[in-house]
Amino acid sequence: MTKAFAPRTLAEALTLLADRALGALPIAGCTDVLAGLHSAGGAPPAVVDISRLEELRGVHVSPPGLELGAALTFSELRHSELVQTHAPLLVDAAATIGAWQIQNRATLGGNIANASPAGDALPVLLALDATLVLASTTGERRVLYRDFHRGYRKTALAPGELIVRVLVPRAAGASVWRFRKVGTRAAQAISKASLAFAAELDGQGRFGKVRLAAGSVAPTPIRLLQSEEAAFGQHPSVELAERLATLAKSEVAPIDDVRSTADYRRFVLGQLVRRVVLEVMEQQRTATPRNDDRG
Amino acid sequence: MSQARAVMGQSPPRPDGPGKVSGRALFIDDMPFVDLWHGATVRCPHAKARIVRIDTSAVSDREAVFVTAKDLPGPNVVRAIAEDWRVLADDVALHAYEAVVLVAAPTAARAQAAAAEVRVEYEPLPAVLTYEQALAQGAEGLLASSNLAHGDVERALAQEGVRIIEGTYETGHQEHLYLEPNGIVAEVHQSGEVEITGSLQCPFYVQRALKYVLGIDAVRVRQATTGGGFGGKEDCPSLVAAHAALLARRSGHAVKIVYGRREDIVATSKRHPSRVHIKSAVRADGTFVAHDIDVLFDGGVYITMSPVVLARGALHASGPYRCPNVRVRARAVRTNTCPNGAFRGFGAPQTQFAMERHVDRIARALGIDPLSIRERNAFVEGDETSTGQILQTSVSAKACLAEAEQRTGFRATWGAYEKARRARTPLDGRPQRGIGLSLFWHGAGFTGNGEKRIMGTAAVALLEDGTVEVRAASTDIGQGTEVAFGQIAASAGIPATLVRVVLADTGRVPDSGPTVASRTIMVVGELVLRAAADLVSAVCAHAAKEQRAVGIRVREVDLVDGQGRTVSSFAEAARSLARAAGPQVFAAQYRPLAEQQFDEKENRGMAYPAFAWGCDVVEVEVDPDTFETRPTKVTAISDVGFVVHPVLCHGQVIGGTLQAIGWGYLEEMKLVEGRYQNDRFATYIVPTSRDVPAMESVLIENPGPVGPRGAKGIGEAPMDGGAPALLSAIENATGLVLATIPATPERLYAAQRAGAHAGAAEAAR
Amino acid sequence: MSNRICFDVNGKPATFEGDPLARLLDVLRVHLGLTGTKEGCGEGECGSCSVLLDGEVVCACLVPIAQVQGRAVTTIEGVGAETRAPLQQAFIDEGAVQCGACTPGMIIAAVALLAKHKKPTEAQAREHLAGNICRCTGYHAIFRAIDKVAGQTP
Repeated sequence: MTKAFAPRTLAEALTLLADRALGALPIAGCTDVLAGLHSAGGAPPAVVDISRLEELRGVHVSPPGLELGAALTFSELRHSELVQTHAPLLVDAAATIGAWQIQNRATLGGNIANASPAGDALPVLLALDATLVLASTTGERRVLYRDFHRGYRKTALAPGELIVRVLVPRAAGASVWRFRKVGTRAAQAISKASLAFAAELDGQGRFGKVRLAAGSVAPTPIRLLQSEEAAFGQHPSVELAERLATLAKSEVAPIDDVRSTADYRRFVLGQLVRRVVLEVMEQQRTATPRNDDRG
Repeated sequence: MSQARAVMGQSPPRPDGPGKVSGRALFIDDMPFVDLWHGATVRCPHAKARIVRIDTSAVSDREAVFVTAKDLPGPNVVRAIAEDWRVLADDVALHAYEAVVLVAAPTAARAQAAAAEVRVEYEPLPAVLTYEQALAQGAEGLLASSNLAHGDVERALAQEGVRIIEGTYETGHQEHLYLEPNGIVAEVHQSGEVEITGSLQCPFYVQRALKYVLGIDAVRVRQATTGGGFGGKEDCPSLVAAHAALLARRSGHAVKIVYGRREDIVATSKRHPSRVHIKSAVRADGTFVAHDIDVLFDGGVYITMSPVVLARGALHASGPYRCPNVRVRARAVRTNTCPNGAFRGFGAPQTQFAMERHVDRIARALGIDPLSIRERNAFVEGDETSTGQILQTSVSAKACLAEAEQRTGFRATWGAYEKARRARTPLDGRPQRGIGLSLFWHGAGFTGNGEKRIMGTAAVALLEDGTVEVRAASTDIGQGTEVAFGQIAASAGIPATLVRVVLADTGRVPDSGPTVASRTIMVVGELVLRAAADLVSAVCAHAAKEQRAVGIRVREVDLVDGQGRTVSSFAEAARSLARAAGPQVFAAQYRPLAEQQFDEKENRGMAYPAFAWGCDVVEVEVDPDTFETRPTKVTAISDVGFVVHPVLCHGQVIGGTLQAIGWGYLEEMKLVEGRYQNDRFATYIVPTSRDVPAMESVLIENPGPVGPRGAKGIGEAPMDGGAPALLSAIENATGLVLATIPATPERLYAAQRAGAHAGAAEAAR
Repeated sequence: MSNRICFDVNGKPATFEGDPLARLLDVLRVHLGLTGTKEGCGEGECGSCSVLLDGEVVCACLVPIAQVQGRAVTTIEGVGAETRAPLQQAFIDEGAVQCGACTPGMIIAAVALLAKHKKPTEAQAREHLAGNICRCTGYHAIFRAIDKVAGQTP
């Protein structure tokens, strides 16, 4: 029978997780893992409940940016005024996860550690240049989120290591953000393709730093680096929209599966990129973008 | 609650309501049983395979017991219409997930664990999985056929002055996805009697099947509170019950089998996929001259319900339209997949999807709008159907169209959206809006001579204490059978407070037939009404004798004489009758309509005594970038003859129409090598509360010739119109012509690339 | 560390000793005999097993009992106190109950919704009930039932 531990501090939790002989699995919201733990041969020797550790909860703002506890649930993220103000794109993504029951339990850290290419918050973290704070008995280290995924469901987490905080740096100047998820239906939908877009605009309305991150179109959530580079310094225009769409489609490697086809996923990702640029262009045509503009 | 609120036409609270909203209602997995073991099933993973060896020796649980085909006491047959449906695979497994070994153990976990340790060696064999492969098998590949011929189609197609329009339309499997999976408990009593309790629609079907499998006469079947059926629990429970009973006998304990969700999806019946080809001759003004219709249904590997599903499909194939020349050639083919079965609509949604899409195609070719073409051809009273039946009465096709137009302004809106679509610029990111319409009919009662074969009986019993029991085999699977039968009894004059409707139990009720075919109110309700009326007469007669009064009749909850003076309460008189003459049962048996003659082989004559009619208007928004469709508004017009319970009747329309909409754009069931892929709620996509469009249901009452106050059935009709109306709306919004459902974004994208535009059809003119 | 979990169910103390990964759903249904909470899928995708955990609606099939330590669970059996009975009656009156399999979970979600928004708009109702699949009613009767009691619960 599995042994269950409910440590009261992070240090206690890390000590338990460092014990190789114990073979303990960290659990938080359990939404992705419990069904698997009940499958034949799935029950681990031990579990360590990290969902109530104070060090893993809480939202703080400091000069560098927003600090999010990894065990925050998506409901908490959505309703946090600080997250709404400083990382509204994360609120947008959180709202598309599963449904209310899932959002009340699923955690940001769990979404990251589960490392599904379809994880809804993940492209947003890429687009926001997030940094993960990982902790183990040997101490804390930081990993840029863009370096965290090593392959399909393979991450930079070392044995016994936990994601404890997620840092979202402040946006530098005037910015636009968009999050679009194409799912099978309006709620409780695993994504077919998703796009997180964050861009700075200079005084002349040209793109500065651009981040385009896509989900469900590759073995991991990915940044569309070539498309980002092509956008830098350019005015949003119809021509740019088409060019980026074409580029973006060449940067992804979607598959056929039970939900959708590679063809459609590639096509729709291009469409999402195209539309995002057109929207910014349209916005500029009718008004000046605000600091916290989000579609 | 006053008697006035309890009768037909009102919406009294459903008696099963309090139990369901409090969690007290017991579904089969909630019910306590003494000495209960649990069953699990080992299933073949191949679409077709020889079973080389079954080895249970590696199972570590020494208490577990097993049953294979070799252990069957009687025929390896689940008796439905034919006798080819097997309880367990024997030398060969014929569809993926067919049951091979049954396992029972003291707990569910142990049964599942033991099942996982059973080793079966298979030799996969080539499987038949497509229509083409099945047709190439000749007679071996044919499960059923149904043909009809009306007028002279060949001559009509060849005549001068007509346009010929052809199209092929396809639908896939649809999964019922009732929220409560299949579950059965089998108990073997000391006497040898087998008692089955479970989630099911047709207790007498289960009883009949089990008698045959077990070779015994003493089988009793009780329905537990059943969490949805939609046809999916019409025949599958017979198989599950056979499994549970065999394990119960083998183990010496009561055995419960409750399917997990994945198991339920991959191993039980679905709606028959269809491929329908229609070739029509029409006049320039849109008048239908001939329809030549070829229907293919995929029946899965056993016959089960296919002959009747096919027949109903064939009988509805030419739609609610007048047409002097109709030929239907319908075949159900055999593939190595789980046998397909009943699903709300039972063949009619498939053939009417095709005909409605075809009518839209005809309209486009002729430059006529979708409403006008239907108005021109819709049946009116006096018209003749494709079986030669004269629609004498209760025809509401045009009334439904008129109501739909009045409420939605369809014609003008459709025209405006057509214009808007043509004027659209490529950069426009706003949703494309469209409106679509469908017209449909649905015969009530068992297809053809089914009612004459069933000769159902219902009864109303006066108990010792003067209370009354309604006894029929009809099950409540959510639709409100219990409350409706209570209303019928109350309408006959029995005070509602005295009435109890017995849950279907073969030991307590006569066989009034299965809960299918939209027959529960029209056919069985009529029997309940007659039986109840007989009971009321008997009570009145008794009171007259006792009170030495004349002209006794019911008024509210009392009996009054010819002068209107209260003579007694009904309750007192009933008690008195029970005391005097003992408890009595008043039974009523189905009386075939003299004029309901039907030749099932030729599909000629009166196919159904009455038809429900409907018109659906669906509005959509389609994302121009992603092809995601969002149904925004549905207006459903239904003629049900007479509305017994307004709240529940609307509930059937709204719920059924949403299932049809889901089938139209969300619900895709993919197969790989004959194995279902979409085997979870997360991957078999049905509408959530965020997907459901605004919906309006309008009920029309055009009483039919039979049934309580002319009620014509409502359970299935809502399934017939949603999908084609949805595709019609998508076409109006995007110009994309789809002939296959579900209309997923992937399909719309493919259609866009293939140039399947409405514009193309118009340009070819 | 002990494998003895103590928690509250519908206001009454309960204990469970056994597999700490046992699903809250099974502890409720089998161990405590509270069969009102249903299993429709076992994977948190249908909402039939919805319960309140410290007032928040969750799927009981996805909660290991170890995480219920010291917490309060409310099941459908715990709904029906004077303030909530109107919701259950409204479900019956409006036709929001047909087969009943989704009903306990749906009512739990509705209770949570009304606790969060006293008079929810239809959009709020749609969003908060999206985790509860109903195959029978088409949802509108459920929206009407909630609307009927909205503003009445204290």
